[in-house]
Amino acid sequence: MRRALSLAALAAAAAFPLVAQPLGWEFYVGFASRIMIYALAASSLNLILGYGGMLSFGHAAFVGAGAYVVGILMAEGVASAWVSWPLAIVVAGLLAAAVGAISLRTRGVYFIMITLAFAQMLYYIAVGMKAYGGEEGLNLATRSGVGLGLNLKDDATFYYVVLAILVAGLYGLHRLANARFGRVVEAIRENETRMEAIGFPTYRYKLVCFALGGAVAGLAGALLANQNSYVNPNLLYWTQSGSLMIMVILGGVGALYGGLLGAVALLVLEEVFSAYTIHWQLGVGTILLAIVLFAPQGLAGLFARRPDA
Amino acid sequence: MPEPILRVDGVSKRFGGVVAVDTVTLGVRAGEIHALIGPNGAGKTTLVHLLSGATAPDAGRVFFGGADVTARAFHERVALGLARSYQVTSLFRRFSALDNVALAVQARSGSSLAFWRPVAAERALFDEARALLGEVGLAGRESVPAGHLAHGEQRSLEVGVALATRPRLLLLDEPMAGMGPDESERMIALIDAVKSRVTVLLIEHDMDAVFRLADRISVLVNGRVIATGQPDEIRANAEVKRAYLGEEAA
Amino acid sequence: MSGILILEQTLNGLQFGLMLFLLAAGLTLVFGIMDMINLAHGSLYMVGAFLAATFAELTGSFWLAVGLSLVGTAIIGMAVELTVLRRLYARDHLSQVLATFALILIANELVRIVWGPQVPLNPPAGLEGPIELLPGLSYSSYRLVIIAVGLAVACLLYFVVTRTKTGMLVRAGASNREMATAMGVNIKVLFTLVFGFGAALCAIAGAMLGPILAVQVGMGESILILAFVVIVIGGIGSIRGALVGAILVGVVDTIGRAFIPALLREFLPPQFASALGPALASILIYVLMAAILFWKPQGLFPARG
Repeated sequence: MRRALSLAALAAAAAFPLVAQPLGWEFYVGFASRIMIYALAASSLNLILGYGGMLSFGHAAFVGAGAYVVGILMAEGVASAWVSWPLAIVVAGLLAAAVGAISLRTRGVYFIMITLAFAQMLYYIAVGMKAYGGEEGLNLATRSGVGLGLNLKDDATFYYVVLAILVAGLYGLHRLANARFGRVVEAIRENETRMEAIGFPTYRYKLVCFALGGAVAGLAGALLANQNSYVNPNLLYWTQSGSLMIMVILGGVGALYGGLLGAVALLVLEEVFSAYTIHWQLGVGTILLAIVLFAPQGLAGLFARRPDA
Repeated sequence: MPEPILRVDGVSKRFGGVVAVDTVTLGVRAGEIHALIGPNGAGKTTLVHLLSGATAPDAGRVFFGGADVTARAFHERVALGLARSYQVTSLFRRFSALDNVALAVQARSGSSLAFWRPVAAERALFDEARALLGEVGLAGRESVPAGHLAHGEQRSLEVGVALATRPRLLLLDEPMAGMGPDESERMIALIDAVKSRVTVLLIEHDMDAVFRLADRISVLVNGRVIATGQPDEIRANAEVKRAYLGEEAA
Repeated sequence: MSGILILEQTLNGLQFGLMLFLLAAGLTLVFGIMDMINLAHGSLYMVGAFLAATFAELTGSFWLAVGLSLVGTAIIGMAVELTVLRRLYARDHLSQVLATFALILIANELVRIVWGPQVPLNPPAGLEGPIELLPGLSYSSYRLVIIAVGLAVACLLYFVVTRTKTGMLVRAGASNREMATAMGVNIKVLFTLVFGFGAALCAIAGAMLGPILAVQVGMGESILILAFVVIVIGGIGSIRGALVGAILVGVVDTIGRAFIPALLREFLPPQFASALGPALASILIYVLMAAILFWKPQGLFPARG
């Protein structure tokens, strides 16, 4: 059943740009790309937060890092996606590994705070990079070059590239969740002490999970830089991390499609409300609040009540 | 006399002004069931923490299989062959009973930094887990989430998970806690059955079980071991009777 | 780098730190007693500032406005606690993050609807000018008043928390909630009152800082981060920790921003100094927090054992 739904959704997504043109919905192709990019970013956070149980409040920094890699390279004349996108992944992954190595030595709220602190540090570094726009941000001359006869400046082409990457990402998450690593990480979330008692070096697994999530976030950042043709330190500000968290929570913590559903829900909600009023944040905020209070199971049904211990 | 599999040598631990464990020396011989008894507050829990590596002692050393593990972390001791079950049930509540045991089997059978191949494809892993579940009497309950099992079943699963790591020494922390007479009987039979494969250090309050199962008993009172010996010796020991069994008789 | 300049910046740091303390005190109690992450705490600060601006305009008196804002914000805070926050205590941290984040959005928008994006707030009459503290050191009289108010509130808090029965109950709750409940404390009522009190403190900070920083929508977010850093450094649940942490953060941040760029210019070529200076100054308090956590993972004065 879920299989059929997923395939249907994929088919619809694939068909979308084709039907958008005749229906005059070209604008929404770009919007859909944006949703999918955030779905990727939220899914990478879902791996850390949902599956891994690590409340990282600084995830936007890794997205931003990936975006800045693309932006900086573009400013320096390197426009090839084959160089900048993998580099975005590597840089974000290494940053996440460094942040995780220190943060994972703490627990509970201290972990949340320290991930937040590191993200803020990266934010201020981005603001300080006057050569690359500082607070104003940096415009990208063009979208990354992919070669292969594809021009990413065409919204439809970019859409398909993003769709392909998102599908690959979600499939990877699916495999990972069912593989040994995924099990271990979920079990650590469930009962870390017992995992140590069985003989798993839990710190190591959490760190790998954290770094992986950061790396994929970097890829989302690279795509985001392309989508907006612009990078700016606000990408790394803590409220962005908050938004990503909201998406994961809305969509379903630890559910495969949690990041996707959450991104769709939040961004569509914002778009719908903005069409009616400039005070759209009020509408979005109220709905979010209502969901937390009255629909504690979230969209994919995987909230957890606080355990008794 | 061969080196005991677990040797505790003059171990002490204090918390602030309270001495929880006071120069405790004891040895657990390979293949035996060694019971540790003592009134509440005697320091048994602290001693368990010291043995598993959750806390470090202020003085003394802990030797496992001849190696000095005093400074070693919990998971390192597990890798050396120490396993424990918990007094307050500590399982993976949302995982099925089978998955609980399978995780423990997974821990000792190869690296889990595997990101692609589904675990479900690993027949051997699940066969072993299934067999273990059968041994602890949970054969028909493998797909039940651990959190939904009856209390006695959870305690049995606790032991099953600990056994799955194929330990040399199994530290059972009040396995019979909260069990009714039938469940206790099953647990006693289980512990007796595993004796051939693994050495057992049993911490228990249930005197009936202790005297039926134990090869040797150590008595802990106010943080000190006041007697170690075979069940008959302990039963006859005046000091033990006064300090501990005396309370029961009274 | 004159001594006067250092003294002046230290005073600025003390002033900012004391106001941060007002926010942090309420936040640490909420976190410490109810184990609740409240991202909307900064919104109370914002509401306090806006209310003060309105009351100042209506009454013509700054101090009366502060008092009225204090009461108004406390009432609003307690109302929110009773209707929304109370339902979150039993929930996991993630739900609390989501709900209080939603509250930030709602609060920002409501304030924007009622007041607009920004309102002016002037310092009280008679305090606009500087006074001479030492020969050569002229310092804003208003900032001195802020320091005085901050110290007064800190003393009052110290008195209430350590000498009164309510204070004792609050401290008991902060270190061991179950114990406090078992002792017969009506934790629900106590908590609403504590929250209201915390909201009042936010209002004082918002009103007093209003003339210096701008009173604008979203002013809560940037200071909230600092408040969280403060309570993590100070130790969650500890008022004393909040005070020490806040002054530490206030002074380090202010002095850092004042002197690091200049310091770097002495040693590095200008293009590096101008890029690195402000960035380094901004991240200094986060480095401080990381360092303190490394050495004392539960903060300086953890309330919980």
